[in-house]
Amino acid sequence: MINGGELSENSFSSLPNFGGEVILMDPIKDKIQSTSRETRQDIVGKVLSYSCISLIVIVVLSIFVFVATKGLATFVVNKASIWDFLFGTNWNPSATDKAGNPLLGALPMITGSFGVTIIAVIFAAPFAIGTALYMTEVASRRGEKLLQSVIELLVGIPSVVYGFIGLSVVVPFVRTHFGGSGYGILSGAFVLFVMVLPTVTSMTVDSLRAVPKYYKEASLALGATKWQTIYKVLLRSSTSGILTAIIFGMARAFGEALAVQMVIGNAAVMPKGLLAPASTLTSVLTMGIGNTVMGTVGNNALWSLALMLLLMSLIFNIIVRFIGRKGRM
Amino acid sequence: MKTKFQNNVAIAVIRVIAVLVVLILAFLLGDILISGVPHISWHFLTAPSQAFTSGGGIGVQLFNSIYLLLLTLIISFPISLGAGIFLSEYAPKNIFTATVRMAIEVLSSLPSVVVGLFGFLLFVVQLDMGFSILSGAIALTFFNLPLLTRNIEESLRAVPDLQREAGLSLGLSKWRTVIKVILPEALPGIITGVVLGAGRVFGEAAALIYTAGQSATNIDFGNWNPFNATSPLNLMRPAETLAVHIWKINSEGVMPDAAAVSAGSSAVLIIAVLIFNFSARVIGNQLYRKLTATK
Repeated sequence: MINGGELSENSFSSLPNFGGEVILMDPIKDKIQSTSRETRQDIVGKVLSYSCISLIVIVVLSIFVFVATKGLATFVVNKASIWDFLFGTNWNPSATDKAGNPLLGALPMITGSFGVTIIAVIFAAPFAIGTALYMTEVASRRGEKLLQSVIELLVGIPSVVYGFIGLSVVVPFVRTHFGGSGYGILSGAFVLFVMVLPTVTSMTVDSLRAVPKYYKEASLALGATKWQTIYKVLLRSSTSGILTAIIFGMARAFGEALAVQMVIGNAAVMPKGLLAPASTLTSVLTMGIGNTVMGTVGNNALWSLALMLLLMSLIFNIIVRFIGRKGRM
Repeated sequence: MKTKFQNNVAIAVIRVIAVLVVLILAFLLGDILISGVPHISWHFLTAPSQAFTSGGGIGVQLFNSIYLLLLTLIISFPISLGAGIFLSEYAPKNIFTATVRMAIEVLSSLPSVVVGLFGFLLFVVQLDMGFSILSGAIALTFFNLPLLTRNIEESLRAVPDLQREAGLSLGLSKWRTVIKVILPEALPGIITGVVLGAGRVFGEAAALIYTAGQSATNIDFGNWNPFNATSPLNLMRPAETLAVHIWKINSEGVMPDAAAVSAGSSAVLIIAVLIFNFSARVIGNQLYRKLTATK
């Protein structure tokens, strides 16, 4: 506005001057050719938001680069074989076998991780689907709100607190009712069951809510009972969403570190059953990184475990994308 | 008759499951609060911890947790604000945006222990910052960024396009429209998200064990010069937080009253999370009322 005022005054005063065409043109030319204040603001905004978003991308890329270089060092620098790493059952990085290769069999941890994850999700999935159905189909407004707050609070409880409860409640419970020391895959799965329950539930609720209302109305109008509608219509049309929820639950369970580490017993041997002490990728990592020296075989092997965790989380992501694409078609 | 019966059984089962889930939460909260609250006292909340004798408190850990949370928010909020604005206002439909979205998704599903290890590798080892509050705050930022970004993006997206058009038709630049028109309207949602995220950050431990460290050095609460080694504000001192403390005393087991201290600390953590959840709702509603003149 101020610029405009100046301009008109300028051009007016320069009108009588016949040789003043240049003077008349200059401010206008300047104004047209130079960038306006608004454009400059927009450039600032673009630069700021682009740099923020690029920062995030750089962080993600560098996480992958750093962990991958460290994790691959085991195979490149220390010449361990990938096959032995994935399928060997003897984890003892400080010792070597007869051929002089370090003993880096990670199968016990891989089994442990998959064991707790799968058992936890097998228990959590029916509970989560049931709760989600209650919230969307059965409950009154108040019941729905109550369950919503319950889910939010379950998400909010920190994982160390879950671990502590696991230690003080679940481990003694397993010890007295199932036998063994109480530390083991079963206890870990129990703790993870409660931890993934809210994640799976809230995502299932979302996918149930996304089912068009007329599907349900059509089914009920045909005379189907509520359960028939749920079973034959709602669950069928939200299958891909529910699968996504379960995969996300698995991803969370697979990556959970401290709560599992506190109750699983931390023995890096092949688990002899659900009640024997075992270990997971995350538990070995949290225990080990502080006790090994950077650059040694033992340390590099731990970074290989971290790389495995990273790749697994990537695989879970890809599966989710794949399911999403299939569900859309 | 048969379908009717099936229906009743199925609905009953669903109800039972829902009740069980409520009972699980009630049991968890009850267990933590009943076993923990009796241990909470002024002495417990303020005294420094003891490694080998009983009777220690959690004063330093509590301060560290709060300080670390504030630092994390200070670092992560501006970045995720910029990123959220990009995603909701500027993002063109091209491969760059698709990559960005994928990166954020991947970052949000990374196990926190991996994020912590990356922080350890980059800041503690490569940049030689040692176990320090600053390393911890940056690691927590990585952990917090994707959630906060997504929350800000969603809050901004929820603002009707009419507001954007109004701003632009007044001759405002796009950036000023976003800052002066869209952002204030989205603020209640953003604040709610920030406070909920704060609850998560407050209880996070796996990302901190190898970044902020597992030792609570003695700090002198009379000395507020941030460059002094014993100052509470010093960024380069190792700082064990409350959540890390619970983990550590339970896995090392040299403290004679570890069970009591962890019960008390868990109760404090849970109460903090409850406060965060509750205040997120209250603040969100209040702000919404204030900014939009709804009764």
